[in-house]
Amino acid sequence: MDVAFIIETIIKIVVLLLVFSALAGFGTYFERKVLAFMQRRLGPMHVGPYGLLQIAADGVKLFTKEDIIPQNVVAPIFKIAPVITAATAFMAAAAIPFVPEFTLFGYTVRPIISDVNIGVLYVVGVMAIGLYGPLLGGMASANKWSLISAARAASVFISYEVVTGLALLAPIMLVGSLSLIDMNNYQSDGWMIWSQPVAFILFVIATFAETGRTPFHLIANDHEIIDGFGTEYSGMRWGLFFIGEYANMFFISFVTALIFLGGFGDGSLLGALALLGKVAFLFFFFLWTRAAWPDVRPDQLMWLCWKVLMPIAILNIVVTGFIVMF
Amino acid sequence: MFEAIAFYLFAFLTTVMFIITVMSKHALYSMTALAAGMIFISAFFFMLGADFLGAVQIIVYTGAVMALYAFGMMFFDSTRELKEKTTPSLLVFGLGGMAALLTVIIVAAPIVSGNITAAYPIVEGVGNTQAVGMVLFTKYLIPFEVAAVMLLVAMISGIVLAGKKMDVSLTLVEDDETSRLDTEKEKATS
Repeated sequence: MDVAFIIETIIKIVVLLLVFSALAGFGTYFERKVLAFMQRRLGPMHVGPYGLLQIAADGVKLFTKEDIIPQNVVAPIFKIAPVITAATAFMAAAAIPFVPEFTLFGYTVRPIISDVNIGVLYVVGVMAIGLYGPLLGGMASANKWSLISAARAASVFISYEVVTGLALLAPIMLVGSLSLIDMNNYQSDGWMIWSQPVAFILFVIATFAETGRTPFHLIANDHEIIDGFGTEYSGMRWGLFFIGEYANMFFISFVTALIFLGGFGDGSLLGALALLGKVAFLFFFFLWTRAAWPDVRPDQLMWLCWKVLMPIAILNIVVTGFIVMF
Repeated sequence: MFEAIAFYLFAFLTTVMFIITVMSKHALYSMTALAAGMIFISAFFFMLGADFLGAVQIIVYTGAVMALYAFGMMFFDSTRELKEKTTPSLLVFGLGGMAALLTVIIVAAPIVSGNITAAYPIVEGVGNTQAVGMVLFTKYLIPFEVAAVMLLVAMISGIVLAGKKMDVSLTLVEDDETSRLDTEKEKATS
């Protein structure tokens, strides 16, 4: 383990943290603007040109607001819950290849922090720990709405995880590897979405549950349970939940694009740009769905996952198995 | 060097987490420490190069401990300390600790002899996911299948036990309808 490797890894980690924390801020701006245009409003307009500096204003507010720890909360758990959400989101990103290899001043950079050969499992597993943030924050808050939100977090978790795993199993069977780079290279002669359309749809539905986006936004549904687990939080602790949620959206978009939509292709500059374009579209798709769909109840989500999606996923695996065998 | 630092760090963290799990009277602390300890254990698998088992450890125990939280939410006010009726006995504590230590020594004793050979050596040139699969579907096929059947039995009995009134969704019936269902049930039982 030489010094160059260590320095390279540390630089990659810092770049990843900075880029995606900043992107989380831009994500909120895009979300407001996209939702506004879809609802025939203007969105943020007053701070800076087209409201662009709204991000800076929000950042200043989040960083400088007083961090209140209410009475009766379980303080250590209450304090650590947002950190879990944000930290696991970035930990999961360690196994994602963001762009193909490129050469910078004669030095080959591999834009992946650690190419573990079980990339997909690692990303999905570590991302799932992120739901401990809402769960712990909700349970420690000593607030009824927060407790309901914690219960919903647990029910969401046991609903979607089976679908994510089973939906991913069929592409994994075809590729024969769990590494995201192998998955990307497998699709050089045809995207996975054409050979596994069912798995793609199931996985996309599960990602909405995983990131808690709108059809399954029941953990923090403003009109039912205020802000759920976030009700008692203020300042940067609430901001950490926020960064975690948006970073998760970006990372899961990368995973979806890499597994199903051809990833970065052959690794040229065009391929890298195409990957970023696909991720941008998937992120936009999250916002589009939020503007277009109502929310579902927890029992409806559980019904959907266990009684509809899971049987379809298992059938898909059986069919894929027969195709692989014969 | 990094391996040693990582090992001692995670060994310390795991031990502290499980001590909190056992010692704390606070249900929320215990459950959180249990979840954290289980996830820290995966670090040892990663250090040994068993990436697959490490990821599986994370996935399995996040879900398993999450179910414990659901029970904790149902039965306790998880923000308060629990008043336990029984006081911990020092004798049980000491004997339990000794027994655990003895088990570790018994299992780890062959390390001293130095002439250990792996009964199933790692096949060169395959990833560790394939290596796990090879052992699982040859040497350990019967235990694997038996475990699968046992899980199926547990799942079916769980559905049978929990699913007595699953044809009616309690969320969808109106409030007066629920009370009517309750009175009907009372009539049926009396």
